[in-house]
Amino acid sequence: MTNALKNIIYNCNQATFLIEKKMAGKISAAQTLQLKVHLAGCSVCKLYMQQSLLINRLFSSFSAADFKLDEAFKISLTKKIEREINKN
Amino acid sequence: MQNEISKDVDHKRFVAEPLTWVVNYADYLYAFAMSRLRNEAVAKDLVQDTFLAALQRLDTFEGKSQEKTWLTAILKNKIADFYRKKSSVALRDLKISDAEGEQHNFFDAETGHWNKEHSPGAFGLEAEDPLMMKELRAILNDCIAKLPGLWSAVFSMKHMDDLESELICTELKLTAANFWVIMHRTKLNLRACLQKNWN
Repeated sequence: MTNALKNIIYNCNQATFLIEKKMAGKISAAQTLQLKVHLAGCSVCKLYMQQSLLINRLFSSFSAADFKLDEAFKISLTKKIEREINKN
Repeated sequence: MQNEISKDVDHKRFVAEPLTWVVNYADYLYAFAMSRLRNEAVAKDLVQDTFLAALQRLDTFEGKSQEKTWLTAILKNKIADFYRKKSSVALRDLKISDAEGEQHNFFDAETGHWNKEHSPGAFGLEAEDPLMMKELRAILNDCIAKLPGLWSAVFSMKHMDDLESELICTELKLTAANFWVIMHRTKLNLRACLQKNWN
């Protein structure tokens, strides 16, 4: 077994690093294999990966459309704009 | 509505009417800022800054684009400035090596195994109930707010703006290696924070 493979099989730090790099970018074919071997034997990292994916999904499904400014803030904004215009 | 506006494009140039900005665009700009910043106070500040900056350079509004497009472009710049400022302050406060050092809290320094107290546990939500997702998202936003500035800037630019990693590295003056250390650290922290506050 190569050293790289031996290192990753038991190394959750390295495995979770590769999980993140794979999701947000890309990893090499060798790293993909290393990760696969690790995940086959490590249920904790498998759970980590599911939860990490969930976190990404929570972000992308965020809808800002529900956010509205309160009236008081809008009134103060309007006043500030009027004041600026009158300055000139 | 959209169609009516675009029909007019050929016939006349757009005129800036600052007195109608708040009524017409404040909510739109606020939602735009919120989708990228997830922080109400900062989003409000930047909307206000956008209007004031726009007033300062009314003469540069050439009427080639709609006011909304023009104002949104100014806001985008404000958001980018905000990230840059936040990350440079954070860089001063926190070296990358600290980020790597803290990693040892999650994993055994020797073996790289999860330390027991940080080992992920089930969230206990098998089916994805929309209400639960909404609650989780609120918790997650609080967790992001607690991150070091540089990390949340990196994470926000990657996941909210969907920017290329290389572009983020250039903007924030990071090496690719540091970028991935931060991405890893950030996710470990967010996941732990979510678990702590959800269960």
